[in-house]
Amino acid sequence: MAKRIDVSGLTAYYGSHKAIEDISMTVEPRSVTAFIGPSGCGKSTFLRTLNRMHEVTPGGRVEGKVLLDDEDLYGTGIDPVSVRREVGMVFQRPNPFPTMSIFENVAAGLRLNGNYKKSRLNDIVEKSLRGANLWNEVKDRLNKPGSGLSGGQQQRLCIARAIAVEPKVLLMDEPCSALDPISTLAIEDLIGELKERFTIVIVTHNMQQAARVSDRTAFFNLAAVGQPGRLIEIDDTERIFSNPSVQATEDYISGRFG
Amino acid sequence: MDISTKQTDAPPPAPQPALTERKRDARGASRPGDRIFLGLSRGSGILLLVIMAAIAVFLTYRASLAISKDHGNFLTTFEWNTNLTPPVFGIAVLAFGTVVSSIVAMAIAVPVAVAIALFLTHYAPRRLSGPIAYVIDLLAAVPSIVYGLWGALVLVPHMQGLYGWLDDYLGWTGLFSWDGGAPRAMLTVGILLAIMILPIITNVSREVFRQVPRMHEEAALALGATRWEVVRMSVLPFGRSGVISASMLGLGRALGETMAVATVLSPSYDIQASLLDPGGGTFAQNIASKFGEATDQGRDALIASGLVLFVITLLVNGAARAIIARRKEYSGANA
Repeated sequence: MAKRIDVSGLTAYYGSHKAIEDISMTVEPRSVTAFIGPSGCGKSTFLRTLNRMHEVTPGGRVEGKVLLDDEDLYGTGIDPVSVRREVGMVFQRPNPFPTMSIFENVAAGLRLNGNYKKSRLNDIVEKSLRGANLWNEVKDRLNKPGSGLSGGQQQRLCIARAIAVEPKVLLMDEPCSALDPISTLAIEDLIGELKERFTIVIVTHNMQQAARVSDRTAFFNLAAVGQPGRLIEIDDTERIFSNPSVQATEDYISGRFG
Repeated sequence: MDISTKQTDAPPPAPQPALTERKRDARGASRPGDRIFLGLSRGSGILLLVIMAAIAVFLTYRASLAISKDHGNFLTTFEWNTNLTPPVFGIAVLAFGTVVSSIVAMAIAVPVAVAIALFLTHYAPRRLSGPIAYVIDLLAAVPSIVYGLWGALVLVPHMQGLYGWLDDYLGWTGLFSWDGGAPRAMLTVGILLAIMILPIITNVSREVFRQVPRMHEEAALALGATRWEVVRMSVLPFGRSGVISASMLGLGRALGETMAVATVLSPSYDIQASLLDPGGGTFAQNIASKFGEATDQGRDALIASGLVLFVITLLVNGAARAIIARRKEYSGANA
């Protein structure tokens, strides 16, 4: 179910501005990979190229290859819409649909994919909310608006919404940066559970978080201001945080810059 | 109130005066600028209420004069003979014509306006959407008498084909049967009104759709929504209350439109079951065509009909507000 991501020679532009250059990496299935690096180094841009959300931004375009198992997401004839059904995404700010109930939020992706019987829909919604560790908190108010939940609950609702459609990969763009420490802990625990079923890629500014949740860590940086962002190194998380092979990584992790 | 406390951007004086100053700020008026602005905004608000009340009092007073002399039933009589002694008049025909022409106009204008607004905000390339929006703004600037003349001279002759087609295929419903007369009927009026209220509904809807937060659209996109599904899942629900408000603005204009209706409609004081048969009338059209030669008594009767239009407009607005309020917690305003 979970799939391997294989990126080679990926460069992304905003109009004529080159945001990231020549990135290659492999993400193993059922693992958590964390992207760290200073602001503006292209982590989020790179993340958004993995489900073709980058090109939604006016002027956004991509060169290079992203293989999901053996299928090139940027191959000719590949519909970005179907890519996004395979590669789910959780955003920085919780963004449940404000006009929908909790139930409808989770069911939203399923409704896009076809007709489900009411009972089957109920099952999947419950399973997804349980999967997001939210079921016990919301089971009595599934018909209330999702925007009435707390920030942490909203973010878990968004995770439930993303996993309801059984994606192969789950991308998370700083999912905890708008949350308090307790909600953050809840999400981190959840990530640990979700990696049994999904390939997870998470962008984070919190290095402890990267150390806590991820198996592999990728460090991104800019060569200089105005230069495109690059992947400096990717390695096992333990190794990145104890004995990185590049000096810049060590400087960043030990807080000497950035 | 929060904002006014934050606006203490004067250089920080000694602690003691600063405290008292803040206290006064919290009440809303200590600086001359604040006081003037407060007075102006409060004054405008009060003035608006006074004007509304004055209109209501004027209409009610003159209307009561007329209605007390009316020998027919003011609400149900199909006659408008204010010169008889005693006078016999009723607003049934006018209410029917006003409501029907407005319903036709809304049925045509709202879907088209929403579609144009969606096209401009979510489909059209930027260099196309600017000029189109400009042209739509121009439509709003055309005076209504010009619409009326265009309607009478251009639209009416060109309606023959549509009327014939509707009669052929939908005549059996009764709503669209046509006796072949000049197409100066409610359908033509409705179409003309639709064109007139299109710009206001389009513009307001466009503003609302443009304000849909990017993150709600991305939420739908990331789930694998097509462009239309994004519109359906996040844009339309978010814009729903705004579109209703926009429609009410349009409806307000359609209900009260005078000259365009008066030039196109061939009025008569009866109710036509078919939208295609000439006849009927609207409040505003009736007032405009009869006011000039009416006696005092006739004028009071016309004012009474104006009061009914006023009440209908209030009811419609109230209904719209109720619809918006009913789903407030889902409106997206609290996101």
